[in-house]
Amino acid sequence: MSLSLRTAKSGRINRKKPLSFRFDGQLYRAFEGDTLASGLLANGVHLMGRSFKYHRPRGLISAGSEEPNALVGVDRGNGRYTPNLRATQVELHDGLIAESQNSWPSLAYDVGEINNLLSPLFVAGFYYKTFMQPKQAWKNVYEPVIRRAAGLGKAATAADPDHYASRFAHCDVLVIGAGPAGLAAALAAAESGARVILCDEQNELGGSLLAELHATIDGVPAQTWLEQTLAALVAKSDTVTLLPRTQCFGYFAQNFLGLAERVTDHLAQPDPRLPRERLWQVRAKEVVIATGAHERPLVFPDNDRPGIMLADAARIFANRYGVRAGGRAVIATAHDSAYQAAIDLKAAGVTIAMIADLRKEANGPLPMAARAAGIHVETGTAITGSKGRLRVKAALVGKIGTDGEESVPCDLILMCGGWTPSVHLFSQSRGKLVFDEAKQVFVPGHSAQQERSVGACKGSETLIEALNEGFAAGRDAAEKAGFAKGKARKAKVSGVIEAHGGFLGAVPHGHDVNRVKAFVDFQNDVTAKDIKLATREGMHSIEHVKRYTTTGMATDQGKTSNMNALAIAAEALGKAIPAVGLTTFRQPYTPITFGTMAGHSRGDLFDPVRRTPMHGWAKAQGAKFEDVGLWKRAHYFPKAGEDLHAAVARECRIVRETAGLFDASTLGKIEVVGPDAAEFMNRLYTNPWSKLEVGRCRYGLMLNEAGFVMDDGVVGRISANRFHVTTTTGGAARVLNHMEDYLQTEFPELKVALTSTTEQWAVIAVQGPQARAIIATLVEGIDLANEAMPHMSVREGKICGVPTRLFRMSFTGELGFEVNVPADYGQAIWEAIWAEGEKHGAVAYGTEAMHVLRAEKGYIIVGQETDGTVTPHDLGLDWAIGKAKPDFVGKRSLTRVDLVKPDRQQLVGLLTVDSQIVLEEGAQVTLAANPPPGTSALGHVTSAYHSATLGHSIALAMVASGRARIGEVLHVPMPNGAIAVRVCEPIFYDKDGSRLNV
Amino acid sequence: MLLIPCPHCGPRPEIEFRYAGEAHVARAADPGAVNDQDWAEYLYFRSNPKGIHFERWRHVSGCARFFNCVRDTVSDKILTTYPAGEKKPDLGTLMKEAGR
Ligand SMILES: [Zn+2]
Repeated sequence: MSLSLRTAKSGRINRKKPLSFRFDGQLYRAFEGDTLASGLLANGVHLMGRSFKYHRPRGLISAGSEEPNALVGVDRGNGRYTPNLRATQVELHDGLIAESQNSWPSLAYDVGEINNLLSPLFVAGFYYKTFMQPKQAWKNVYEPVIRRAAGLGKAATAADPDHYASRFAHCDVLVIGAGPAGLAAALAAAESGARVILCDEQNELGGSLLAELHATIDGVPAQTWLEQTLAALVAKSDTVTLLPRTQCFGYFAQNFLGLAERVTDHLAQPDPRLPRERLWQVRAKEVVIATGAHERPLVFPDNDRPGIMLADAARIFANRYGVRAGGRAVIATAHDSAYQAAIDLKAAGVTIAMIADLRKEANGPLPMAARAAGIHVETGTAITGSKGRLRVKAALVGKIGTDGEESVPCDLILMCGGWTPSVHLFSQSRGKLVFDEAKQVFVPGHSAQQERSVGACKGSETLIEALNEGFAAGRDAAEKAGFAKGKARKAKVSGVIEAHGGFLGAVPHGHDVNRVKAFVDFQNDVTAKDIKLATREGMHSIEHVKRYTTTGMATDQGKTSNMNALAIAAEALGKAIPAVGLTTFRQPYTPITFGTMAGHSRGDLFDPVRRTPMHGWAKAQGAKFEDVGLWKRAHYFPKAGEDLHAAVARECRIVRETAGLFDASTLGKIEVVGPDAAEFMNRLYTNPWSKLEVGRCRYGLMLNEAGFVMDDGVVGRISANRFHVTTTTGGAARVLNHMEDYLQTEFPELKVALTSTTEQWAVIAVQGPQARAIIATLVEGIDLANEAMPHMSVREGKICGVPTRLFRMSFTGELGFEVNVPADYGQAIWEAIWAEGEKHGAVAYGTEAMHVLRAEKGYIIVGQETDGTVTPHDLGLDWAIGKAKPDFVGKRSLTRVDLVKPDRQQLVGLLTVDSQIVLEEGAQVTLAANPPPGTSALGHVTSAYHSATLGHSIALAMVASGRARIGEVLHVPMPNGAIAVRVCEPIFYDKDGSRLNV
Repeated sequence: MLLIPCPHCGPRPEIEFRYAGEAHVARAADPGAVNDQDWAEYLYFRSNPKGIHFERWRHVSGCARFFNCVRDTVSDKILTTYPAGEKKPDLGTLMKEAGR
């Protein structure tokens, strides 16, 4: 470690705890309390990255989260690689491994730097201008090359092994930012008894006080006041939550805020039980925003060399981290605060070659103090350039209005264009910003939510203002949250000298503007010239300038660049700054990880998994499962050596020859009960229900109010006042919501109760010629004979001693029963029926065979044959409509002009002329084999299978005027040529239904 | 995430609710008597205002009841909520209460 760069004693680092870390493979030493940025600076390393577009060597410019240049990747091992971290926020621990980004083969010799010479190619809007032709080249050539060359960090490729937590929190007062203003607010609110959350993005609470060496507050040094204040807050830990390392990244409606807490990244050996990060979703009654201000860079030619940084950042490195950022500094400023930096740096042992102040005069107390300390000050002087490559070697300065330019040797250039209040969160809260003409900054104006800004983020410039605004805001917030008004308090501050000033836009210089690069947005490599060019090319709104030049669009969201960009655009357009306007501040304030957003919702916990009561049996049988909504359903049951096709063919054949068992438990089930149950069913389904006898079932068709089919299912009448309604698997929740909607809001006079019973009933479908024989020996108290219990009937009784609702119904076209038993008995009853079934040679079949069997019979599946624009008439289901009913949901719409057009698409069957070709579901159906481009399709294939029973392929389709086309040959164009199909009725097997009624 | 005051349960986070479209769009007592244009308006035409909106929500993961809500679509502020079937509240009175 180059000890000569450490100050004698100041700083909050622990000099008794040295540590080592690696950057680009090189070993360095630093101290506990250092960040990667301060640790590298202490070793004389300024070069930390390469710029995005031109690959120019870059050093850090700031000491905080606004850092645009020093983006690094940190490797914590085992796939834990995080790109694009700001070196200023990476806390060092022993053994930390970091690397630079965006350079190859090395940071010092990066071949991408050639882009700097080719920079005429990369002018504003270059994406839109350069890479337009030929069209395909964008996708195949330009984009991959540009992405590789102009990328930021690389994403990790391994699955993230860490875990992330999330929690909700409520508080009376949320204070964002723990600088002097935020601390004062938290203290005042806590003293009123309010529940307070105080969060700050930094590892230590204290904000600007952490680098404050001169001020005293209430008679004690600022850092002592900080300790005392934190101790007072910790003492109230039952009502006060302190959250360091916690970024408030978003301010949403109704005082709902998102906080991202970094829990373990700063630890060398974190407890594996700890989450890496934690998302806090906070609902606050009142909010105090105390997010400070950002120092602005100066826009001058070559203002981006390593060794050029913000003046106050250098002061922070010296005072807080005990690091001299250089040996000999030139300070370029337009604000008094840089003079404080000069005084502190001089005290820390840095030679101040000169202060070049853009202002004509600088006679405030701070400039006078600097002069008194023997620092050379030149006013009316601009910085006009810099020299050096991997580290700055000299500053060019000249008197404004003259062509004279002097080269001042130095290894550090500090710049200060003034301060920009951090109004991001206020703006996100939808508050209105106003432009303060005197200070030339945007500050919070009218509030949209329960919040107030205090300190530097509202444009206040002094410590005493920050503290007193904080005290008042904390007191006010607690009172508004319902607590007694606390005592008013005022801070006493001494030792601070007031600082004023500021400059916006590009620094004047005598160089050829077309040959120099004066950077506005460092991270996106946007120069003053780019912004002027954008305005010349017609971009008159700041939103357009932003998108055309990409200024302010990088991960730093323009924290250091927005105001300079705006001022340059305003000047070029000849407008006042407020007339050009400000771009929208968006969440997140700083980038947050996907891990934080996802929390526990990943892998097995991403979605709940629903399993039927018989899932274990199917799994033990080797079933392949498919996801249907959240359900796991048995797709097919392959025997050894069978693929899907073979297994399904066997399952279908045996169901038709003998019998099969099918797990239908996922069907939605709703119990409709009450004296008006039948009337309710009359209004919600197309069918008539009043005359349905107890013990009988009916196929029910449900429409939405627009007349389109939304669900279907078999409904059994259990008693006069009780219906057992089934719905599609995916439609269960939607149907119940639809029923509740009408019951609660349109038909509240009906006495009906609706209960979801989907998970209460296990359903075992037994289908096939032997179905009755299989269950006969198990069922008690029900006469199963065809005459006693005909097709479409329901009986209550017992099976193996367990209560059952036994339905006689079929979705296969075969004799069939559906055994409903309480879910807890599902697997036991399944096994009992299976044992009987095996005696008859029955098979267990899955959803794929079920689909084939129902398609052979032309039974529709809602959501497969239908898409939300299909009427009962389109499906040939007119028979399901109770014509005599005065009204039902959807009835009025069925006579709308569009719904009775003769050329609507209708359900038909398709037989491929080559019977072995299976069509593709979703494929278009056309009149001609090779229709010219622009021809509308007649419809599309909705279902297509190979039917083992019939020995050929079958398909269902929706085709315009389909029923009138039966017998016609149409075409299904595919990439390898059209497939000829003959239109037929949508039923392929047992057209008269004789197999059902046996 | 909004904080929605269910008229039956009190304030609850938005994730417990499901939006259910514009409120006070009544279904005709005898839809058969409604002409095509009016029926199309009932089915498809909504006010979609920038500003005060009368809308329906269902507290689906709570009491499961549908209710009505008056929300400003610009600020997301909720002026009031009230049970389904109650009369539309007077907007002037609501605005006065909200201090606009
Ligand atoms: Zn409720």
